Amino acid sequence: MTSAAPHPVPKSIDETLKLLAAANYLADRSLATVLFLALKMNRPIFLEGEAGVGKTEIAKVLAQTLGRRLIRLQCYEGLDVANSVYEWNYAAQMIAIRAAEAEGKQDRTEIEHDVFDERFLIKRPLLQALEPDTAGPPVLLIDELDRSDEAFEAFLLEVLADFQVTIPELGTIKAERPPIVVITSNRTREIHDALKRRCLYHWVGYPTAARELEIVRAKMPGIGKKLSEQVVGFVQALRRQDLFKAPGVAETLDWATALSELDAVALDPATVSDTLGVLLKYQDDIARLEGGKVRELLDQVQAELRAAE
Amino acid sequence: MVVRASPPAADLSHTGAGPGASGNAERGFEGRLAENILYFARALRAAGIPVGPGAVLDALEAVRAAGVGTKEDFYWTLHAVFVKRHEHAVLFDQAFQIFFRKRGYLERLLELMSPEATGVPPAAEKPEASQRVLDALFAGAEKVERESQEIELDARLTVSDREVLEKKDFAQMTAAEVAAAKDAIKRMVLGFDEITTRRLAPHPHGHRIDLRRTLRMSLKAGGAVIDLKYRGPKRRMPPIVALLDISGSMSQYTRLFLHFLHAITDARKRVHTFLFGTRLTNVTRALKEKDPDEALAACSASVLDWSGGTRIATSLATFNKQWSRRVLTQGAVVLLFTDGLERDPDERLGFEIDRLHRSCRRLVWLNPLLRFSGFEAKARGIKVMLPHVDEMRPIHNLESMHDLCHALSGIGGRETDPKTWLRRVA
Repeated sequence: MTSAAPHPVPKSIDETLKLLAAANYLADRSLATVLFLALKMNRPIFLEGEAGVGKTEIAKVLAQTLGRRLIRLQCYEGLDVANSVYEWNYAAQMIAIRAAEAEGKQDRTEIEHDVFDERFLIKRPLLQALEPDTAGPPVLLIDELDRSDEAFEAFLLEVLADFQVTIPELGTIKAERPPIVVITSNRTREIHDALKRRCLYHWVGYPTAARELEIVRAKMPGIGKKLSEQVVGFVQALRRQDLFKAPGVAETLDWATALSELDAVALDPATVSDTLGVLLKYQDDIARLEGGKVRELLDQVQAELRAAE
Repeated sequence: MVVRASPPAADLSHTGAGPGASGNAERGFEGRLAENILYFARALRAAGIPVGPGAVLDALEAVRAAGVGTKEDFYWTLHAVFVKRHEHAVLFDQAFQIFFRKRGYLERLLELMSPEATGVPPAAEKPEASQRVLDALFAGAEKVERESQEIELDARLTVSDREVLEKKDFAQMTAAEVAAAKDAIKRMVLGFDEITTRRLAPHPHGHRIDLRRTLRMSLKAGGAVIDLKYRGPKRRMPPIVALLDISGSMSQYTRLFLHFLHAITDARKRVHTFLFGTRLTNVTRALKEKDPDEALAACSASVLDWSGGTRIATSLATFNKQWSRRVLTQGAVVLLFTDGLERDPDERLGFEIDRLHRSCRRLVWLNPLLRFSGFEAKARGIKVMLPHVDEMRPIHNLESMHDLCHALSGIGGRETDPKTWLRRVA
């Protein structure tokens, strides 16, 4: 990972690709196009895809390469305004009220005015993201939006459309320069069209074999040529099988790490069977590969690699 | 040409270029580009991708921002703006390939859409790929002139898909039936369905102190008295996922049941409806049409295997793999509407129904066969499925929608327990 001076906002699709590559994120041109447009048009970017294809990573890489602050909002069921936007510091407010009384203040409107002051405001991620930052507008990552419930989604509409929030006691807070918003979803439920309409949408799919090989080598510089080729070939072959959950890129990288930890230089059926739990997370899927299926796939991968040479 | 980054609403009215940035020639080009994008958006809409006028303006802005470079960049630029759902990507791709391959193709598409078209599909190089786009266009045309178009559509689909096709017309329902159904539907409430969420709302006897309200109230009283206010968990109706068998043996009930689903889709927002016979079709969108007849017509247009055979295992497998993780969250209840008469039951059926059961909060099997007094769970498909459902409910006297509703909302007793039926056979 580089910690060099922050890059400027890319001016073309090619620059966007380079920017991502600088942080070892190898993206397809389609993704770079959407990112470039999102930056240019100040639109939130909505990334959907299976678990482990690098959706969250995009936000991290953007923050890192552009030198911006990363503000992350992890969604969950029941997430509400108090946990995502702001909350008043009630304890401090109560003390302030008592203090005012002790001083002999009687005017209710004055007490109220004093108590609902920015000093007593606890800022949560969405509000933080609207604040000016010396490094430039922050990157706001709204992670796994599908885990929140519809009520929260509806609330998000105002924030994403106008980059502002309304606090009844204080008024409307609007971002001077809108943050870079990245929303991710694992698609465990459908996000409402009204929210999607405000965003640029991109489906993050599984990478091609060549791209995945590049990713593995970029992330694990020490990995052997043969092992990396075999690992990627095997994972790609697995994805073509009829599995309940195909392994993502994250699993490929985990597996490659696991194999290097085991000092493997090449794949053999026994090693694959022993480490299959890194790739497949459903017992049915693992059972499907028992009984010689691993050897069969492995032979197939080796034949393909030989043919490619 | 550069458009400065600014909130999108700000510069939609005009091309936004500074003086001198656009010569006459460029403006001419831009005019044509705008026209092309407009037509393209129209084609997308016809193919079934919801593209609003706002999206067209966005597209123009996006193309200006990205610059018209290679075809690939142009493709992905438009893709970023127009495609909002993964499943639309295929349609977009086909529409793009067709639209920008040849000039004049649009005219041909529009020609096909008009009701007078005798309907010779253009000789596309990839007939399979274009079928969906064409289907979408014909489905739109069907609304205009349903009668004559229907026969034509049948013929084409029979040739292309080799499925058992028997288009069932929902309009066959008698006027009296519809009136009675509508009447009953109005009074329908599902009894079993409220779940506690993790969201909190003001509650007189809640278990958590609502500090915000407490403080506000005490300030109202001058801050001298602190009267505690509470919050408690909110209750909400869970999503319903309905899987309806539309095979020949079930078709007469399915029609009534779809009316019921249309009623609850209207009222509760989160109802997903799937029809299956030999394959699985998601008709949730179609059921969102306001008018029930329109909705059911839209359904029948989107389903290919109306009243064919049943392949429960295959359909459930498709559902489990492609949809369960998308629709079975937040405590969803699954209504499985089938007689369980699988064409060829094998161990896959047990496996798939088990997986379905494990991925939802509650699985309710609605079986119209139960209305026969001598019903026994003897058929192999039924025996395989029974251990994996939470309830099996009868649907007595299906002519009456009221009874159907009653059967659904009644509290489950011994009669609905699948074990009762299994014991009887054993």
